[in-house]
Amino acid sequence: MQAFTVHRGIAAPLDRANVDTDAIIPKQYLKSIKRTGFGPNAFDDWRYLDPGQPDADNTGRRPNPEFVLNRPPFDRATILLARKNFGCGSSREHAVWALGDFGFRAVIAPSFADIFFSNSFKNGLLPVVLEEPEVDELFQRVHADPGLEIEVDLQAQAVRVPGGPTFHFEIDGDRRRRLLEGLDDIALTLQHAHEIRAYEERRRQEAPWLMPC
Amino acid sequence: MSGQTLYDKLWRAHVVHEEPDGTTLLYIDRHLVHEVTSPQAFEGLRLAGRKPWRGDSVLAVPDHNVPTDHRDQGIADPVSRTQVETLEHNVSEYGLRFFPMRDLRQGIVHVIGPEQGATLPGMTVVCGDSHTSTHGALGALAFGIGTSEVEHVLATQCLWQSRSKSMLVRIEGELRPGVTAKDVVLATIGTIGTAGGTGYAIEFGGSAIRSLSIEGRMTVCNMAIEAGARAGMVAVDEKTIEYVRGRPQAPTGELFEQAAAAWRELVSDPDARFDRVVELDAAAIEPQVSWGTSPEMVVAVSGQVPDPDREQDPVRAEGMRRALTYMGLEAGTPIAAIRPDKVFIGSCTNSRIEDLREAAAVVRGRRKAENVKLAMVVPGSGLVKQQAEAEGLDRIFLDAGFEWRDPGCSMCLAMNADRLEPGERCASTSNRNFEGRQGQGGRTHLVSPALAAAAAVAGHFVEPGQLEG
Repeated sequence: MQAFTVHRGIAAPLDRANVDTDAIIPKQYLKSIKRTGFGPNAFDDWRYLDPGQPDADNTGRRPNPEFVLNRPPFDRATILLARKNFGCGSSREHAVWALGDFGFRAVIAPSFADIFFSNSFKNGLLPVVLEEPEVDELFQRVHADPGLEIEVDLQAQAVRVPGGPTFHFEIDGDRRRRLLEGLDDIALTLQHAHEIRAYEERRRQEAPWLMPC
Repeated sequence: MSGQTLYDKLWRAHVVHEEPDGTTLLYIDRHLVHEVTSPQAFEGLRLAGRKPWRGDSVLAVPDHNVPTDHRDQGIADPVSRTQVETLEHNVSEYGLRFFPMRDLRQGIVHVIGPEQGATLPGMTVVCGDSHTSTHGALGALAFGIGTSEVEHVLATQCLWQSRSKSMLVRIEGELRPGVTAKDVVLATIGTIGTAGGTGYAIEFGGSAIRSLSIEGRMTVCNMAIEAGARAGMVAVDEKTIEYVRGRPQAPTGELFEQAAAAWRELVSDPDARFDRVVELDAAAIEPQVSWGTSPEMVVAVSGQVPDPDREQDPVRAEGMRRALTYMGLEAGTPIAAIRPDKVFIGSCTNSRIEDLREAAAVVRGRRKAENVKLAMVVPGSGLVKQQAEAEGLDRIFLDAGFEWRDPGCSMCLAMNADRLEPGERCASTSNRNFEGRQGQGGRTHLVSPALAAAAAVAGHFVEPGQLEG
């Protein structure tokens, strides 16, 4: 997994609450059996005026000029600014893959849905929770200066606006460490293999209907 | 020390290892797998040279992409076909339990788990699907996970989790006739909001929940995720135990009695403390219809489309305006004046035998209205379909001009050929009314099976009790 330490980039203001994962990557693109290639279809229904097809070339499609990610400089954004309950709905990790594939490294919002939040950490995408007034201020600053580059620092747990305020956020210790170092979760867990086996042995005695004989 | 909640008990029974900061390695008893969220997990496993830790914990089934008609001709869409074939290849490589598309036991993963006795009280149940919360109706800790976590569970039988806060949604009193489990959960989401349960595990309790059948409780727990909660659950009672008894994968004989004794402990202690308690009066719940593009945007069938100008919160008001534009509705329109183009009865929320009986009771002796282009019934599994046919429900639907289909997720998320066209309006027993969910530009109204059936025969939303003839 790609580690995350400090990232600086343009922030795209997606001014909507309850952005669901169906919107981030519509269902027709979930038919892929790969982890990559979802970027061109991120926010597909909002981003294009004509319908797309899975596994098809998107270059000839008509972009919706109203949609924020089609408007320079936000087409080069690497930070997404959104409203509360971002990533609600379906558990599809494809939503995180699509955001990463588009080029996003971080999403800043007042709150996230639980499954999206944990999926993000598995893929080096940092979900940053700030207070609602802080997110409001970021929206205002980005509207005033669209080319503004915001800095997200996971080590210091801070969002810095050049010539502006610094906002603090918190990520629990274990998740932060794994993301800072880009660690492979499974390899770490398998260091506990003896404990997993001991648990299974105990369960076999306590609840034999749950374990194979 | 206060007593334990049901969630506490389920959590503690599955702790393998706990870090000082509380992050816990939690053991997973049952891993349900479908074709959409698993291919990249199996690929990751293979690339790392790993094998499933406990293959017998897996039950796999294709459900999202499968056609609901002409199944003998296979899957026409080559991309969907590849995904289903990839699952077949993966389960065969690792020797996992699998119900293929033409097996009588095939169906929606959240219907077949309980139906087969593959999900049991006291289990931890996961699936790469947010509606895994369904299985909490049996007194299990069940929640949806992403594909990286699917791979993690395959490889280690465990997940790293932080403990959720606990919420009790207590619904006391008697539901009035015609009010169903679906109305209970839609009204709950309407009350606490789609993010109200974020960070919580919800236990549904109170006399109205206890009075529901196990299938009704599944409908309620299914939509816990629509309130933002990863897990929903209901305490075990004798209904739970009788539901599980005799299921193909449930324990038998002496072992069943031993298990049942342990399951009876799966209730919150009387002095258990919850982080949040929400109370609803069962008698005040009316049949619900969603009017917008979020499951919290619900109103009673007797009500009208709300007015964004009366909403104080500007972000919320803007969301309402956007929803009304997308839905093609105006504030103040009576719900009873809304006319669906299509009706969908199915999905992991409402495709079990009791749901089909509820809809058939409304449809019996009536005809689909002219303005409804398509009314389709998609049973949750091959066994549900077989049972419904044994009871003659298929004839009731077919005689009324409905379509009677094969099991799968179908038009709940429209990954197969069943979908809405742009602008089409649907009365749907599914769980999400997001923009484009049932097809790009499609407009979804979430309702109970009884209301969907009534809308199909009346041509507009109406309480079944008010239907003529």
